[in-house]
Amino acid sequence: MNPEERDVMPQCPECSADVKVDDGSQVNEIVQCAECGSELEVVSTAPVGLKAAPDVEEDWGE
Amino acid sequence: MNTGAAVGPVGIVASRVRLDEKRIMAALDRRGIDYEYVDSRTCRHELGEDKARWPLALNREIGQVRAAYAAHGLEAAGVRVINSAAAIELCGDKWRTSMALRAAGLPVPRTALALTPDAGLEAIEAIGYPVVIKPLVGSWGRLVTAVRHRYAAVAVLEHIAALPSPQSHIVYAQEMVGTGDQDIRAIVIGGEVVGAIHRRSDEWRSNVALGARTEPCELTTELRHLARSAALAVGADVAGVDLLADDDGRLVVLEVNAGVEFSGFQQAMGDRVDVADELAELVSTRMSS
Repeated sequence: MNPEERDVMPQCPECSADVKVDDGSQVNEIVQCAECGSELEVVSTAPVGLKAAPDVEEDWGE
Repeated sequence: MNTGAAVGPVGIVASRVRLDEKRIMAALDRRGIDYEYVDSRTCRHELGEDKARWPLALNREIGQVRAAYAAHGLEAAGVRVINSAAAIELCGDKWRTSMALRAAGLPVPRTALALTPDAGLEAIEAIGYPVVIKPLVGSWGRLVTAVRHRYAAVAVLEHIAALPSPQSHIVYAQEMVGTGDQDIRAIVIGGEVVGAIHRRSDEWRSNVALGARTEPCELTTELRHLARSAALAVGADVAGVDLLADDDGRLVVLEVNAGVEFSGFQQAMGDRVDVADELAELVSTRMSS
């Protein structure tokens, strides 16, 4: 990945705050917005794109 | 599944890449095992397809229903799936799990099933208070309710009756064993118990998802035997076995989880065990068998 693409921090789709995403992140990883606490899903890595993570469903778990 | 060209030898199927999945992929990388990660939300299966995309898949889908159908679809195409569809479905249903554990001769709490909320009160009172009412399907302690009095039981049953799903109207009730604020989680991989932890909570449910603290638990002969036997009873290659100690210190098996989450377990165990690496070893073993 181009390092410059990583330098641009993605924005939280919920509150527009910048969200720090680790370099080793991958698609479908879940990150949390430090500003509003929303769970966000990484939808792309170059550049990093985020969308609101799916809500927990009734059958989720172990 | 839409198979496409054959690629990596191991499939990792998951819609949500948690720390657990990242650890598994890192462990596979360290062992030089080629894998392909697939978002289960993109999977589709066609009846009659017989071209396996991989010989083996690790099913890490977080949703019980999607996990079961992913396994069914893959197995129909000739893929060996860890865990199997049968194990996922069995572990996903608390009553069926209880029956399998009992059929295997394992100690389980006194448990009852009522087919309607109306029949629930009699089932509950046959066990006696305090009793735990659980949804048949679900995890992380969701909607699990401790009931200590008839008034509360009646109210809970009224709430159950108001739920929309017919499956929700089946009442699963179980005697409350021990204090309820702590239990034991053992992880079994490939028939071997890799370790066990205590889970302690400030409330009566001790799920890590609800904030329970974890610490290593001594792996006694009894615990090892019960955990291994429970995994075998439900046919799970990878199992999170939950146990409780009764008032006399005897262990009973509560349930078996087929979609094991292990971040809390790993945190408690530190470098005593590497769950992700144990999973990678299982994959390696199954690939060569």
